[in-house]
Amino acid sequence: MRAAGIDIGSRTVKLAVLEDGRLVLSRKTITSYNPLATAQELMGDAVFDVITATGYGRHLIKGHLDCPVISEITAFARGARFFSSECRTILDIGGQDTKAISLDQEGNLRKFEMNDKCAAGTGRFLEVMATALGFTIEEFSKAALSAGKAVKINSTCTVFAESEVVSLTAQGAARDEVALGIHKAIVSRSVGLLKKIAGPGKIFFAGGVAYNDCVRVLLEKEMGQPVFVPPDPQIVGAVGAALSSI
Amino acid sequence: MADYTKMWSELGLDLEGHDALLSILGSAYGDIFLSQKNRPEGMKYFDFVMSEVHGLRIQELMDAKAQGRKVIGSYCVYVPEELILAVDGISVGLCAGAEFNFEGAEEVLPRNTCALIKSAFGFKIGMVCPYLEASDVVVGENTCDGKKKSYEILAPMVKDLYVMDLPQMKTDMGRALLKEEYRRFIAKLESVAGKRITPELLKKGIEIVNAKRMAVKRLAEIRTADPAPISGLDALLINQVFFYDDPVRFTHSVNQLCDELEDRVKKGIGVFAPGTTRVLVSGCPMAVPNWKLPMLIESSNAVIVGEESCVGERGTRWLTESRGETMEDLLDALTDRYFSIDCAVFTPNPSRGEYVKEMTKKLNAQGVIHYSLQFCQPYIVESGPVENELENSSIPTLRLETDYSQEDAGQLKTRIEAFIERLEKK
Repeated sequence: MRAAGIDIGSRTVKLAVLEDGRLVLSRKTITSYNPLATAQELMGDAVFDVITATGYGRHLIKGHLDCPVISEITAFARGARFFSSECRTILDIGGQDTKAISLDQEGNLRKFEMNDKCAAGTGRFLEVMATALGFTIEEFSKAALSAGKAVKINSTCTVFAESEVVSLTAQGAARDEVALGIHKAIVSRSVGLLKKIAGPGKIFFAGGVAYNDCVRVLLEKEMGQPVFVPPDPQIVGAVGAALSSI
Repeated sequence: MADYTKMWSELGLDLEGHDALLSILGSAYGDIFLSQKNRPEGMKYFDFVMSEVHGLRIQELMDAKAQGRKVIGSYCVYVPEELILAVDGISVGLCAGAEFNFEGAEEVLPRNTCALIKSAFGFKIGMVCPYLEASDVVVGENTCDGKKKSYEILAPMVKDLYVMDLPQMKTDMGRALLKEEYRRFIAKLESVAGKRITPELLKKGIEIVNAKRMAVKRLAEIRTADPAPISGLDALLINQVFFYDDPVRFTHSVNQLCDELEDRVKKGIGVFAPGTTRVLVSGCPMAVPNWKLPMLIESSNAVIVGEESCVGERGTRWLTESRGETMEDLLDALTDRYFSIDCAVFTPNPSRGEYVKEMTKKLNAQGVIHYSLQFCQPYIVESGPVENELENSSIPTLRLETDYSQEDAGQLKTRIEAFIERLEKK
C-alpha cells in the first residue's frame, strides 16, 4: 500500500508517500494565497492509496478530499520517530510557529508547548530579519556563525525586532554581530519552550529553520543536549501524516 | 421578537450599536448552538431565553421596577443573591463576555487589561447592555487587582456603584471581613429597597437560590453518563442563563430538562457517540456570549463534561445552610457558604486543584483543559501549579491562554486537536 501525507504549512506545502515502510516520494512547494490549489498541484500525478492531511490548511483539504486529518503536533511526533526511532524530544520551527514536543518511551505524545499566537521567533522572523540586514537566508546563518560577539536583540516580535535592527545598524553596529544577536534571540525563545516540556536525550530538530546551522549550533550549546537534524527536516510532518494513514 | 425599541431608548441604549451587537449575537447563536445535532427538547426554553435576552427579560425587569422592586447588577459569584431576594430585589449578572467596543474601553483602561473587564467597560461606554442600564445598584467586588482598580473608573459612569471588599486568605480574620461586608451589604440593600430583611425573608431567599443550585447540580450529576446526554456548550449556556433568568422559572426549566436527560441516559441516547473523548474545562469564568473555547473543543471530537468555573461548578457547588433562627445565625451560614468558594484570588488556594482532580474522576474525564483569560493573573499564575498537580496524578492537562478575539482560533484548534489526539491514545 502507498500511504501519503500532506502537510499544508503557512510557508510551504509538503507531500510524502511511503511504501512498505520506505519513503518513496517527497515533494514540497511554496504555499500560495490559494493553498488548496497549491496542494492539488503538488499531489499532481503522485500515486497513493490513502492520504492524511496535517498543517494549518488541513481542514481545507479535508473538505475537498474527504481524508482524515491530524494535528501538526501528532504528525511531527510520528514523523520524528520514523527518522529517529528512539527520539523523545522534538523541536519544530516552521514558518509561522514553533513547537516543542516530548514523547514517552513508546512514542506517545507526552507534553507540548507552542509559541503564542504571533510569529515571534519563527522562520518568518528570521526571513524578515535577514532581509532587513540585506542577507539571503544562507548568507544570514554564515554571517552569524562568523561573528565574534553578538549584539543583544531584545525582541522576538518581528515588527519590534525589525525596528530594533534598523536602529542598531543606524548606530553603526556590525551586521554580522546583529545577525548573531538575532539567532540568539530565536534560540533563547525555543529553549524556553524546550525547558517547559523537559524532554530527555537528543533533540530532534525539524522544520525549515533546522537548515540553519547557526540555530542548530547555538541550540546545542544552550541546551547541553545533542541536536539531530534529519536529511530533510521540512518533510517530517508529511511523513508523520503518511504514517497515520496506514 | 417583539419591538422593544421604545424600551431600549428609554434605557438610554445606543440603538445602532445595540442592533449591531444583537445581530452578531443572533448569528453566532445560530451557528454555534442551533446547528448542534440531537439537542434535548428542553433546550428550547433556553433558546427562547437567549432570543429574548435583551427583550422580554428586560421587559420583566422594567415591569418589576415599576412596582417598586430593585434590580441589583453584579459581576461576581461572591455577591449573595439570597440577600437581594430577601429585599424582593432582582439579581442580574452583568454583560462581560463579548469583544464589543474595546476601543472605547481602551480609552479609559490600559490595553493589558483582561477581556472580561474590557468587555464590561465596552458595554457601558457603548451603551448596549440593558441589564447594566436597568440596574438600580451595580455591585463591584475586590477580587483581582484589575477589577478592583477599574471600579474606581466605573464609579462615575453608573448610577450607584457599591464596592464590596473581599478577603484574600482563608483565615478567621478573612472570614470575619467577609461577614462584616455582608452585614454592610444588607444595610445597603435595605436602604435601597426601603425594606427590612427578616430571618423569614432571608430563609425564603436561601430556599430559592438553593433550589436553583440544586437543579444545576442535578444537571452536573447527569453529565457523568456516557454517551453524554447534553453537549458542554448547552450545559455552559444553562450556567450562563443562571445569572439572568427569573430564579424560580429557571429552576423549573432546568429540572424539566433533567427529567428528559435522565430518560436519555436510561435509553443510552447521547449527543455524541459513546466513548467520545471527555474533557473537563477549568479556570476563568465564561460570560455570555463567550463560547469560543467550548466550540473549538466540541468541534474537535471531544465533549466537555464539566466546567470548574464561576460560571459552572465553582459558582454552584455549595448550598447555603438554612440554619438557626436569628439574622446572626443566618449571616453566619451565608458567610460559611461563600467563604468556601475557591477563587484563585485567594492565597494559598489548595482546595481548587484538589477539586479539579475530584471532578475529573467523578465525571470520568480523560483530561483537563485549563482556560485562562489573557492578563488574568490569579488564574494564569495558579495554572502552573494546577497543571503540575494534575499531571503528577496522571491527568493530562493542556493550559491555554486566550481572550475574546477570534484571531488565535487556528492556533488554539491545533493545540486542542493535538491534546485530544493525546487523550485518544490512552
